[in-house]
Amino acid sequence: MQRTRTSRLAFFTAHPGGRPPVRLCRVYQQKTIDSYMELSFNLIAQQLVTGLALGSIYVLVGVGLSLVFGLLTIVNFAHGAFFMVGAYVGVFVFAKTGNFWICMVAVPLITGAIGMLVERVLVRPLYGRGIDYPLLLTFGLAYVMMDLTRMAFGVQGEPFEAPEALQGAVDIGIGMFPLYRLFLIAVTSVILFALWLFLEKTRFGLIVRAGARDPLVLRVLGINVSTVWLAIFGVGTGIAGLAGLLAAPMRGVSPEMGVPILIEAFVITVVGGMGSLGGAIAAGLLVGVVVSFTTLFRPELAEFSMFALMAITLIFKPNGLLGRKGLMG
Amino acid sequence: MNSSVNNKTRRNALKTLAGGSSLVLGALAFPRLVQAQAEAIRIGFPVPLTGAFAAEAQAVVRGAELAIKEFNDAGGLNGVKAELLVRDDKLNPQEAATRTIELIDKDKANFIVGSVSSAVQLSVNNVTKQRKVIYNSISQSDTINEAKDWSRYTFHECLNPHMTAGAVARYAIPKMGKKVVFLTADYAYGHEMARGFQTAGKALGMEVLADIRHPLGTTDFSSYFPRILALNPDVLIVCNFGRDQQISFKQANDFGIKKQMKIIAPLLMHNGRMVDGHKAYEGIIGGTGYYWGIEASTPSSKRFNDSFKSLHKGLYPTDYAALGYAGVHNVLAAVKAAGTTDTEKVVTALRAVKGDLYKGNVYFRACDHQAVQSVLIVESKDRAVAANDQDIFSVVATENFDESKLRSCSELGHPA
Repeated sequence: MQRTRTSRLAFFTAHPGGRPPVRLCRVYQQKTIDSYMELSFNLIAQQLVTGLALGSIYVLVGVGLSLVFGLLTIVNFAHGAFFMVGAYVGVFVFAKTGNFWICMVAVPLITGAIGMLVERVLVRPLYGRGIDYPLLLTFGLAYVMMDLTRMAFGVQGEPFEAPEALQGAVDIGIGMFPLYRLFLIAVTSVILFALWLFLEKTRFGLIVRAGARDPLVLRVLGINVSTVWLAIFGVGTGIAGLAGLLAAPMRGVSPEMGVPILIEAFVITVVGGMGSLGGAIAAGLLVGVVVSFTTLFRPELAEFSMFALMAITLIFKPNGLLGRKGLMG
Repeated sequence: MNSSVNNKTRRNALKTLAGGSSLVLGALAFPRLVQAQAEAIRIGFPVPLTGAFAAEAQAVVRGAELAIKEFNDAGGLNGVKAELLVRDDKLNPQEAATRTIELIDKDKANFIVGSVSSAVQLSVNNVTKQRKVIYNSISQSDTINEAKDWSRYTFHECLNPHMTAGAVARYAIPKMGKKVVFLTADYAYGHEMARGFQTAGKALGMEVLADIRHPLGTTDFSSYFPRILALNPDVLIVCNFGRDQQISFKQANDFGIKKQMKIIAPLLMHNGRMVDGHKAYEGIIGGTGYYWGIEASTPSSKRFNDSFKSLHKGLYPTDYAALGYAGVHNVLAAVKAAGTTDTEKVVTALRAVKGDLYKGNVYFRACDHQAVQSVLIVESKDRAVAANDQDIFSVVATENFDESKLRSCSELGHPA
């Protein structure tokens, strides 16, 4: 293979102008990559860790969307907007308190409260009207939230720094890695564990799961389903807000920051299976690793790889990795 | 029967007469109003008010507003005022084409200035070229100079990648090292920047280890860094724009890239440095068309900065604010020189516009209407040594351009 490339390169250099310059560039680029980059164990390991760290961000944004869809059957197109609101609430709270850790508590609470208000006032009247009603509502709401943010904070974006203790890179044995991204993996694990405890081990979690299966039976048992759904929408948007805060020191804060996140969250939800928490976790990490390794070998296909993975998953497992059948019906 | 028809005809004739005379009377009573409506000089300004370059779009609008105000304060064109019609192109070539067609056909814009993206400006230029309307582009592009895209109505106020990246390469490569890796945004602007840098760098013995492309609008660069670190170049050259640049610098800093290599940005963005602060930009060298700090040595810059600050409540002009200003100012200056809004006459006048407006002498090259101007090489300044919070760059070098450093007219396909 190497020989073929070298000879092609020799041919093109020997025939300057004989081919379009683009072709020459491509061969030149391939040659240089082969010659200069050694695929060492450390590089592969670093790329894997980078992929897992990237995956943990995907998990965090995917899990909130999946939760709301799985339990309320609402496709929340404003999920990215709540992510953005979380970051801006973080900027605001940080300006007032100067403490990142207070933001970690305040942001999910405030974003969750905004989410609950949205559910109570806007989404609730649409229950029982088919899946497309809340979908269109949240789609419009996302634009409203984005424009309100532009009006309040401007379009230029806001700075946001990680706390001093989490800045810089540390040696993880295979090379240097940013401390903040390690912190992010830890926080994601804690949030997922807490969510699992909440849904699987508490009485309220039992009600939530029962409500997702058959709301009518729950009503017959005298349980107020509306409160359950209100709470779940609050938890889902609260997690989105927290993800926004956690992403802010890496990606900066801007009114449009939720747009790509929404797409990523949907890919995670579709690959993992609509409404499956375990699926969102598996899909988030898988997508992170796939994107990371595509970037290493064919960076121009990095974005595409995410959607290719989604297409392949849908062909072989139409309900996603761990999804239930017929939830959209 | 006949009489009825005659009656109707008479009535219609009377109605028409009455309507016509009231219009004439109206015109006599409000001559200024009618003139203003008919002849206001309209500058269509499609820019991405929403999207990843929104901050730069806002800056160019602010600059353009100053140019319009100055023109109107000076009496306009024999009393006829100019107005700015700002439209959101959403950073999308199709959207920009639609908005431009609307501006020309529906809103009767006399001239088009604007765009903050290389791909979008080509789409705008395509429309203005077909409709024979002057377009003064204020964003970086090499393609717009080339004969296949260019037309007599195309002007390019902004620097082009060949000039900007070339100047930065000539400054940086001898000082910082010859082994380089490119991290390039995968669209026209990124490719042109990388090509401009490589053309100048090759003559200096630069060795390209890899040209890594990232999609436009990338929000996480982490997966690019292990490979860049493994390649271990002397310099990482980041050819991207706006928020892409902000995020890549921030994350490169987190990964400790600068401990192992230098970072260069052929175009170093003002707004990004303003928002993210010195830490993420420390040690990064880059090119720019304008920085307000040159006012200490350039009187025209001082005049522009002061007028800008007084119009915008003390806000300092950024690189793109200056472009918005120059783009609109020069078109209006040509209108004034020509004494008319007639496109052909304004083209001739605009070709002759030359002078020190805000950064030293700038003029349009005859063959492709590229604004020949200086490139500033800047470096982020630490807050501790800065005069105020707007004092973000030190100008480490200035490359004064003459036509010999531009791609030649024949290379671009123009008749000699």
